[in-house]
Amino acid sequence: MNRLQALEVKKVDSRTTASAPAALADTARQSLVGDNAVKISTRDLNFFYGEQQALVNNNLDIATNKVTAIIGPSGCGKSTHLRTYNRIFELYRNQRVTGEIVLDGENLLDPSRDILELRRRVGMIFQKPTPFPMSIFDNVAYGLRLHYRMGRSEMRDRVETALRQAALWEEVRDKLDEPGTALSGGQQQRLCIARAIAVEPEVLLMDEPTSAIDPVATAKIEDLISLLKDNFTIVIVTHNMQQAARISDYTAFFYQGMIIEFGPAKKLFTKPDKKQTEDYITGRFG
Amino acid sequence: MRERSIAVRRLTDLLVRALSSLAALIGIVFLGWILYVILVRGMGAINWDFFTELPAPPGMPGGGMGSAIVGTLLMTVLAMLIGVPIGLLAGVFLSEFGRGTRFAEWVRFCTNILMGTPSIIIGVFVYILLVVPLKSFSGYAGAVALAVIMLPVVARTTEDMLGLVPNALRESAMALGAPRWKITLSIVFRAARTGLITGIMLAVARVSGETAPLLFTSLNSPYWPRSLGEPTSNLTVTIFNYAMSPYDDWQAMAWGASFLITAGVLGATVLTRGILWYRSRNQ
Repeated sequence: MNRLQALEVKKVDSRTTASAPAALADTARQSLVGDNAVKISTRDLNFFYGEQQALVNNNLDIATNKVTAIIGPSGCGKSTHLRTYNRIFELYRNQRVTGEIVLDGENLLDPSRDILELRRRVGMIFQKPTPFPMSIFDNVAYGLRLHYRMGRSEMRDRVETALRQAALWEEVRDKLDEPGTALSGGQQQRLCIARAIAVEPEVLLMDEPTSAIDPVATAKIEDLISLLKDNFTIVIVTHNMQQAARISDYTAFFYQGMIIEFGPAKKLFTKPDKKQTEDYITGRFG
Repeated sequence: MRERSIAVRRLTDLLVRALSSLAALIGIVFLGWILYVILVRGMGAINWDFFTELPAPPGMPGGGMGSAIVGTLLMTVLAMLIGVPIGLLAGVFLSEFGRGTRFAEWVRFCTNILMGTPSIIIGVFVYILLVVPLKSFSGYAGAVALAVIMLPVVARTTEDMLGLVPNALRESAMALGAPRWKITLSIVFRAARTGLITGIMLAVARVSGETAPLLFTSLNSPYWPRSLGEPTSNLTVTIFNYAMSPYDDWQAMAWGASFLITAGVLGATVLTRGILWYRSRNQ
């Protein structure tokens, strides 16, 4: 694990050099998550699909080791917002972003930033389970092989650890050589979670991770999310308001690309400040 | 407003069904017919000598297509070595890296035109490009002509097949921190494997029956190919010559060679399909 240690050192170095502008920005705005440590801070984020603006001046703080849920009606920019955190939108030619997203004191939108390393630190789970066309073992090992060099036995240990963390180990321990696509939908999604956490990210982005999955499997994944927040900072986009109320510590309500309201989940779901939020969570629109 | 008659709707439905089934049947019938005639006429000419002997003069008993089989195999393999990698990479560019750029649209347009170019024109083109300056017909020129014909077929099927791979798969690999080239090779290619191999087989099948481009490039030869630097014996030009000849035994040989090409393409396709099927089951 020499590479990990080296990265730790590098992180500290770059922090000291980049601290001046970050500190300035910090004083410009109060933390939105009270006394909690801030993992990601979004500042004046605007997003464009070609000419069309999809996000307008988003300001949001993501608290360390908490679950932050993003809710809102279809097309309000929830997923678009999430997809800026690991710059996955850059896969597409006509999508661009302005503003700042500060991860541990550094603007992750900085074009000179190593994007592969960013994506190791910020993992992502998608709406539909996407097992790679390879064995269960190789699925989990894929990310590990990208970022680390290690012997066979260590690889096996890490794959097992990741599968245990994703609450999948007991179901697949005897069939690690079988294709990942042979699993059920819920198992596939947990396989994707195992694959994402195997590379030891700090943040996990989840884009409607249970919308393609049956209720029993959904309950399993929700339980899993509550366990995972001890080790990871989780940001989850969901259509399901009950789910957001059940699992999130903080909730952001998006509407037409703007963040209408953000705060502790308990407060947002019981005593929202804004009329629009109340209308949405009581089912009057959306 | 009047309700539309159910009887008329039923009739239209029946009519469309009957016509499309008929059209499908006609397609199948011709294929079956060709295969049947080639099988019946060609099987008689196939024996051990057919694979191992040089052609015999008309009227002489025995003789075979050994040299033509070797020459065709050599040129097809060389054409694959040239055409498949370039075609695959061009397809990767069109589908993965160049998507949405003006350059990619031009490449796609030109590929389509190249695919529709009559093969005899490609033969003449390679004749001027290689045969005239080198002052000799050669197997190399033949292989180049075949490779040029394969290129657009492989490029377009590669693009189509990679396009079928869901973007969610690319995004998941990208979200793990995989570089683009690695995503393409280790995920996208793997997911599209069956389609890619089918495309390559299609291209091979296409060129293995080509005669016109070889007439201008490799020509033909009655001898064993010693090197591809000289006129090279091959099955299709031999079929052309023998089928046009007035001798019964030569015509029989042409039927045999036709059967061999058909069976070879069919066999290779079934074999690769079988291997892919077996491997995807025991992945």
